[in-house]
Amino acid sequence: MTKKRSTRVPMRPQDPGARNKNFLEVNLGYTEEEALEEASRCLMCKGPQCVKGCPVGIDIPGFIGRIKEGRFNDAARLIKKKNSLPAVCGRVCPQEEQCEALCVVGKKGDPVGIGNLERFAADHEAGNPDGITLDMAPENGHKIAVIGSGPAGLTVASDLAMKGYRVTVFEALHKAGGVLAYGIPEFRLPKAIVGRELDYLASMGVEIRCNILVGASVTLPELFAEGYRAVFIGTGAGLPRFLKVPGENLNGVYSANEYLTRSNLMRAYDLEEADTPIAHGKRVAVFGGGNVAMDAARTALRLGGEEVHLFYRRSREEMPARKEEVHHADEEGILWQFLTAPLEFIGDEKGRLKALRSQRMELGEPDESGRRKPIPIEGGELVTEIDTAIVAIGNDSNPILTRSMPEIDTNRWGNIVVEEATGRTNCRGIFAGGDIVTGAATVILAAGAGRTAANAIHEYVQWITWGEAPQS
Amino acid sequence: MKPYEIIHREQIAEGVKIFIVYAPLITKHCQPGQFLIVMVHENGERIPLTIADFDRERGIVEIVFQEVGKSTLQLGAMEAGECLQAIVGPLGHASEITGWKGVVAVGGGIGVAPVFPIARGCKQNGARVTSIIGARTRELLIYEEKMRAISDELIVCTDDGSYGRQAMVTEPLRELLETEEEIDLCVAIGPAIMMKSVAETTRPFGVKTIVSLNSIMIDGTGMCGGCRVSVGGKTYFACVDGPEFDGHEVDFELLMARQGMYRDQEKEAVDDSSHPCKIGLPPRKPA
Repeated sequence: MTKKRSTRVPMRPQDPGARNKNFLEVNLGYTEEEALEEASRCLMCKGPQCVKGCPVGIDIPGFIGRIKEGRFNDAARLIKKKNSLPAVCGRVCPQEEQCEALCVVGKKGDPVGIGNLERFAADHEAGNPDGITLDMAPENGHKIAVIGSGPAGLTVASDLAMKGYRVTVFEALHKAGGVLAYGIPEFRLPKAIVGRELDYLASMGVEIRCNILVGASVTLPELFAEGYRAVFIGTGAGLPRFLKVPGENLNGVYSANEYLTRSNLMRAYDLEEADTPIAHGKRVAVFGGGNVAMDAARTALRLGGEEVHLFYRRSREEMPARKEEVHHADEEGILWQFLTAPLEFIGDEKGRLKALRSQRMELGEPDESGRRKPIPIEGGELVTEIDTAIVAIGNDSNPILTRSMPEIDTNRWGNIVVEEATGRTNCRGIFAGGDIVTGAATVILAAGAGRTAANAIHEYVQWITWGEAPQS
Repeated sequence: MKPYEIIHREQIAEGVKIFIVYAPLITKHCQPGQFLIVMVHENGERIPLTIADFDRERGIVEIVFQEVGKSTLQLGAMEAGECLQAIVGPLGHASEITGWKGVVAVGGGIGVAPVFPIARGCKQNGARVTSIIGARTRELLIYEEKMRAISDELIVCTDDGSYGRQAMVTEPLRELLETEEEIDLCVAIGPAIMMKSVAETTRPFGVKTIVSLNSIMIDGTGMCGGCRVSVGGKTYFACVDGPEFDGHEVDFELLMARQGMYRDQEKEAVDDSSHPCKIGLPPRKPA
């Protein structure tokens, strides 16, 4: 393999010393030249492995081939046949675990930058509209209700709109997008991009109604009574988990959801424009090892953090966060505290957080799962002065809708139980997908679940059967 | 009428206003004890406000608020005919208003407003309702006539004696508990310190005491945990587990500490938006 083939065209990021003080997007995107060069690395395999790694089966060699030919917008449209959020997924998918993990070029060098190319194509089409749209089916007069405007709900909405349905998306918050709006920071996913995707949906006739909490403002039976033929529940995993250590309710201890919602959705980072306050911690401790923990830590840096520590109870290699986020966090100056577990938050007499007591761990013998279990190191306790703590250890499912409809089967963690191939719940006409079913996962998995459910909804409405295979 | 349109507004006490807002999605299902999240403008805060009254047929809610910070000041400056940016609800669990024999409803300051529909509901369901309302001074007393109309007995107090009895609400409450036999519920809503005092007053009498916790909130739907409170040693979210809790189990010290989290920033925000500029810059308006 030539040297040219084995290394990827790098994605140019903002300089770390500058970017950890601003909220502008870190990755600057490929230029046309860079995209063409990277696309030329693709071997256009006859039996592409990368497609197998994609949760929604995007025709990857297909779209890369179009990029090679300079048909950038066609590439974007091809992606959109399988994924309605390419500008988002190109930025946030853990490609290193999906398509890029199986890329043949990656066996001897860097895998093809599939994510970077997806982003390039999507951004190009948005910035250079050519008036060509995907063919939409004629309106069929059926109404579908989608609960939640996150990736699962938006995918169901766009898929069904393409099939001719009249879709209304009900969103509890005042802005649509779900985690895309409140969870992922501006510097990783600019809200202008989310806005663009929402505009695209609106152009297909999808109606998004914000500030409506289904299960409180309106009930599912009422939606059916209003003539909606089917309902998709995509309400997400929105009930933050806490560490359950003493002192967790001190002022200054946040769930990552709260911290990020203040910063991203309420734009607390923009002191001039927005009213919502947020702690501008100088010494910050973040707990967790996933993308949310990285997002929280990097946001803390940007909000004035002088020392931002990331506490993870396992080792670096075991962190589930996207490699690029860890790399960016590294460059921006996050201080890593691996194999360290929190014991107690210590506060002052006013109930304000002032320090953390934690325990250094080491990896011991493997447990039942085969992973080496962290065990405390004798004498390895430490106290770190901190003024802000952000807990990013995951979410349980939000209970509001499921509490209002106890007829819908849920498991003991409150996740809605569905038939995997269709997204059907046990209640006729009610489908579900995304984090409310799986627990916290990724944007692309939610989008994939949305696609599955949209197909099943279409079958259900067209064939009016439930629990039986339709006649073909 | 447009969604979230202010139909009527009135100043009923110093810095205290009533707004009647068109919000049919709220009124379809709302119950006493529930609350709303309100946004004044697009870049504003999301703040919780309790429901003081509602009319399902006309699709209107009544909210009472005190101008204590930037967002409530902005809210108070809105005119009839203008629309709020957003109102979400109804949020939280509804009050339990059936099955009581004798209820004491205690309201402190603007806490009287959310007490009103709960007391009314209890009365409508057959309870004998004694209401005690209090404020620092006469000018800050609200809803006196509304409370009188739905109570078997109404006791009015002011801290400074400018109206009614000079007493904290806990004094007549204690007297009532010492003399009345059939009181099986005390509902108390007001500043945290007042709810705490009420709970301590009822504790020796073993009367079930329900309080409504006014934590800081953002989304109000359970997804952020900013409103966490400690009740009986366990952590709950006031927005989805409350807002009502057993007053004898609530850690009020923690509640008050957490309510003060942004005190400095709040003060700065109010000063920022209201101080008269000496060098000729225009006042900062909401975006």
